[in-house]
Parts: sequence; structure tokens; C-alpha cells
Amino acid sequence: MLRAMTVLLACQLAGEIIARSFALPIPGPVLGMLALFGMLLRRGAPAWLDDNGQGLLRFLPLLFVPAGVGIMSYVDLMRDEWIVIVATLLISTIVTMLVTAGTFLLFARLATGRKGAHDTAQRG
Amino acid sequence: MIRHNVAEIWVYLAQTPLLWLTATLAVYCLADSVYQRLGQLPLINPVLVSITLLVALLVVTRTPYQRYFDGAQFVHFLLGPATVALALPLWHYAGRLRQMLLPVAGALLAGSLTAILSTVILGRLLGVSTIALRSLAPRSVTTPIAMGISEQIGGLPSLTAVLVILTGIIGAVTARDLFDRLRISDQAARGLAIGVASHGIGTARALQLHAEAGAFAGLAMGLNGVVTAILTPLLARWLGL
Repeated sequence: MLRAMTVLLACQLAGEIIARSFALPIPGPVLGMLALFGMLLRRGAPAWLDDNGQGLLRFLPLLFVPAGVGIMSYVDLMRDEWIVIVATLLISTIVTMLVTAGTFLLFARLATGRKGAHDTAQRG
Repeated sequence: MIRHNVAEIWVYLAQTPLLWLTATLAVYCLADSVYQRLGQLPLINPVLVSITLLVALLVVTRTPYQRYFDGAQFVHFLLGPATVALALPLWHYAGRLRQMLLPVAGALLAGSLTAILSTVILGRLLGVSTIALRSLAPRSVTTPIAMGISEQIGGLPSLTAVLVILTGIIGAVTARDLFDRLRISDQAARGLAIGVASHGIGTARALQLHAEAGAFAGLAMGLNGVVTAILTPLLARWLGL
């Protein structure tokens, strides 16, 4: 637990340092995730890191609650426009999910189709 | 006399971080157990219910958000290491990712463009004000990136933070039914879509639904942040925002 937390925090810290020193628009934790992913690809994940890290992810929804409660400070700001804003968010989020999933499936089909044709050609 | 004591205890408790930290955990535990017991009905999403209940509690007790956050920040802080930990599920599916690099890149770019364009164009059609549109444009990515972009293009970063959270909740609430109804069963496709459209809150939901979907959602969330940071200022200028 302690070791896993230390590794995660160290990656985040490294990410923050890189983001600050190169003035990148990417948050430190996201860079930390990419850094940890790179290390895992090289060396694999020890069980203590995998178990505790994924244990933390089980509570991921909870971690958004404190920031979410901040919505109470903007009720006045949103009052005049909130119906159109929520409608925009709802429709656009659904459209975005469909376009993303659709593009992935289309490209995946094209890739496997081409690979399939390639395999047949080799066999023939 | 007793009433007097209660008031004194309240004054004491209201000033320590302990009260609102405990309240955050307790409300979430309650919301999550109701959610599990009622068969995971989308509209009683635990994040949505917890936020609603806590806002109600704060309004009733006349507690300012800043005092609440003094306690709840300990939970908030864990978002950093948890984001780093998203590398773990991703690593478990690294093999699939390697085979799917091109589809992943294509889906990311298409999804990112759609998120920004559909938000701005639809918002404009529905008559959303320019300042709100600027705050809306980057709302599909994780809060710190979205706030930075919003500031850059002349939006209100604090409004953007709220819109980001609403977006996440919308994604988390709608994703499963949407994909089930359309028979999109590929977990990588589902995860990417959730991560691109609704960042971390969506990713948290994807992780609950399926480990592979969660892995791809975490990846999509991270990379979409980068792509959106580059695309939004360009598109905003092009759209005359």
C-alpha cells in the first residue's frame, strides 16, 4: 500500500515537474500516467503495485465528488441559460460517443479486412 | 441547555475538516449502496446523487463551499495518484492497444473534433451566449486541461469546471444504455467513446462496467486532453468565437 502510493505520487510529481519545466498544457497526473505506462511496458507491474493501484481505482467515482459540489457556487451564473446548456451537453456528448465508437469500429474493420486479404493472398 | 450544547458542538465541528470529509464519504457510501441495491439504474448514478445530497446539506446548514472543501480536499487530492494508476488497467490491455493503434488514433481525432464542433455549433443554434460557448468548447476533457483552454480562448474557467463535471455525469449516466441499445459490444470502442466524450467521471463508470473499457477510457481521456488542448484554440478562431 505504502510502496504503491509512493510510486504513484512519484510519477505524479515527475509529471508535474515536466509539465512546469516545459510549460506544457497537459496536467502532471496525465503525464505521470503516461510515464508509469512506459515503465510498465518495460518492466511489467509487480503485484503490490497492480493490486493497490487498481484498488484505488475502485473508488474513482468518489474522488470527483468534492469538485462536483463546487457546482453550488455557479447556480446563479447558470440560471438564465441552464436548460439550453444542459441540452447542448446532452446531445453533443451522445453524438461524440457515437462518432468515436463508430470511427474506431470502422477503422478496426478496415484494418482486419486488409489483414485478412493479406493473409489470403499469402496463402494463395 | 442541551440545545445550547448542540450549537456549541456544531460550531466546533463546522470548523474542522473532519466533519465534511466524513460527510463526503458517508454520503457516497449511502448513494453507492442504494445504486447497487436498485440494480444500477442510470439516473441514480452515485456521483450525481452524492453531489446533489451534499449541496443540499451545505445549503441547509449555510456552509460555504470553501469550508466544505477544506475537509473534502483530502478526497480530492487522491485524484492525482488515481489518474496515474490508470496506467495499470491500460498496461493489462497493451497487447490489444498495440494491434489497434490506427483505429485508436482515428477514433481519438474524430471524437475530439466532434466534441468541440458539435458543442459550439449546437450551442450557437440553441442561442447560448458567446461567453458560455467559449466556456463550453473544451468541456469534454479533464478539469485542469479544460480550465486552461477556457482561459486561453476567453471563457470563464470556473464555469468550464462546472460544465466539465456535468458532461462527465451525462456520459456516465447515458453510456451503457446507449451502447447496449445500438449493440456496440466491443469494449475498446465503448471505452474510447466514454473517455473521449466524458473524461474521468466517464472513465470511472467505464471501469465499473468492464476492465477493458476502463483501460481504453483512461487512455482516451489522457490523449484527448492533449488533442483538445491543441485543437480548441484553432477551431475557436475558425468558428469566430
